[in-house]
Amino acid sequence: MASDKVLHVTDGEFDDTVVGNNLPCLVDFWAPWCGPCKAIGPVIDELADEFDGKIVIAKMNVDDNPATPGKFGIRAIPTLILFKSGEVVDKVTGAVGKPQLVELINKAL
Amino acid sequence: MQVDYQLIIVGGGPAGLAAGLYAARGRIKALLIEKGATGGQVLLTDWVDNYPGFAEGVSGFELMDKMTAHVDRFELEKKFAMVSGLDLQEEIKTISLENGDQLTCRSVILCTGARPRALNVPGEKELTGQGVSYCATCDGPFYRGQNIAVVGGGNTAIQEALHLTKFAARVTVIHRRDELRATKILQEKAFANKQIDFLWNAQVQAIEGDDNGVNQLQIAYNDGTTTTLAVTGIFVLVGVVPNNEILPLNQLHTDAAGFIITNTEMETSIPGVYAAGDIRSKNFRQIINAAGEGANAELSAEQYLAGLK
Repeated sequence: MASDKVLHVTDGEFDDTVVGNNLPCLVDFWAPWCGPCKAIGPVIDELADEFDGKIVIAKMNVDDNPATPGKFGIRAIPTLILFKSGEVVDKVTGAVGKPQLVELINKAL
Repeated sequence: MQVDYQLIIVGGGPAGLAAGLYAARGRIKALLIEKGATGGQVLLTDWVDNYPGFAEGVSGFELMDKMTAHVDRFELEKKFAMVSGLDLQEEIKTISLENGDQLTCRSVILCTGARPRALNVPGEKELTGQGVSYCATCDGPFYRGQNIAVVGGGNTAIQEALHLTKFAARVTVIHRRDELRATKILQEKAFANKQIDFLWNAQVQAIEGDDNGVNQLQIAYNDGTTTTLAVTGIFVLVGVVPNNEILPLNQLHTDAAGFIITNTEMETSIPGVYAAGDIRSKNFRQIINAAGEGANAELSAEQYLAGLK
């Protein structure tokens, strides 16, 4: 089930929502034409529900928002970048499993 | 003894979905477990022109959406979870999930599929996502106007090289032989495409880059001479390796590469356990094969279940 806890951020909102957030933030860079992005979608929704209040889970559509992916040198999707206090903590590329994403999130908690 | 299901299907690509369709229509109490979204490796494919019935061709995405809708129409039960282990040897099989749950069943169809093979050359791992890609349909749009390489000579490599010419200025296909394995119609399209050129009898030795990602490939020809190729992206499409990490390989017969060996009825070495699709040891990995094997495996499972009564 799609989670209403997942934030959909744009280039314009990125600084306020992600960089300026008091909570750590995991951003899933995706696009509608990307099969593996679709494949990890349910996992992203689950994580948003399970880590609600501890971390912000956000998605950015790279088709509609080219500036932020360019800034972070993204050349493959899905790429997930973990931010804490505006800094990049770590990132992963590809449709990785939930255990790997939980491990990633724990680096910021 | 009570079991949770008569049949559990592990994996939701074309093989698993076909098995699920037959199970649902056969009124078997069945469950399909998938770790991500249904569709499997077809989701990595831009375009499918060889699935019968789709006369105009179909995107990999749409084909798998339709296969999923088909099992949903017959109300196949699906669960999205990671399988962490399987115990298959007893008459009642146990499947453990990553969240700690355990499910029991009388028969299992393994449809865990395969994933793209890596080249295993220096720089590949470090630059994955920074110019090294295994999915042209995912990452192609990041290479607009750039020079890129495709490694491989099979159907996947040539199909995706053609797809990548929609974005890249030039696509160089690097192939270790002097002819392609891809089907003739794809070869004709590739040879006619002015944006595609070929390095024959050539292998990538190393992938080099800097903070901006990939910038150069070190290439060796089979005669021992070497060259470099300036590219910002390299798409590695050189076959697949089995998704067998969760499988009890001490219980199942596999080939040297780790694919599951079955007979023509999709039976593995364990009674009540079947394999279908890319995880199965075979020569040809096609969507239609996978779907056909899934159907066959399910009918074998039904026969096995009937025999238990």
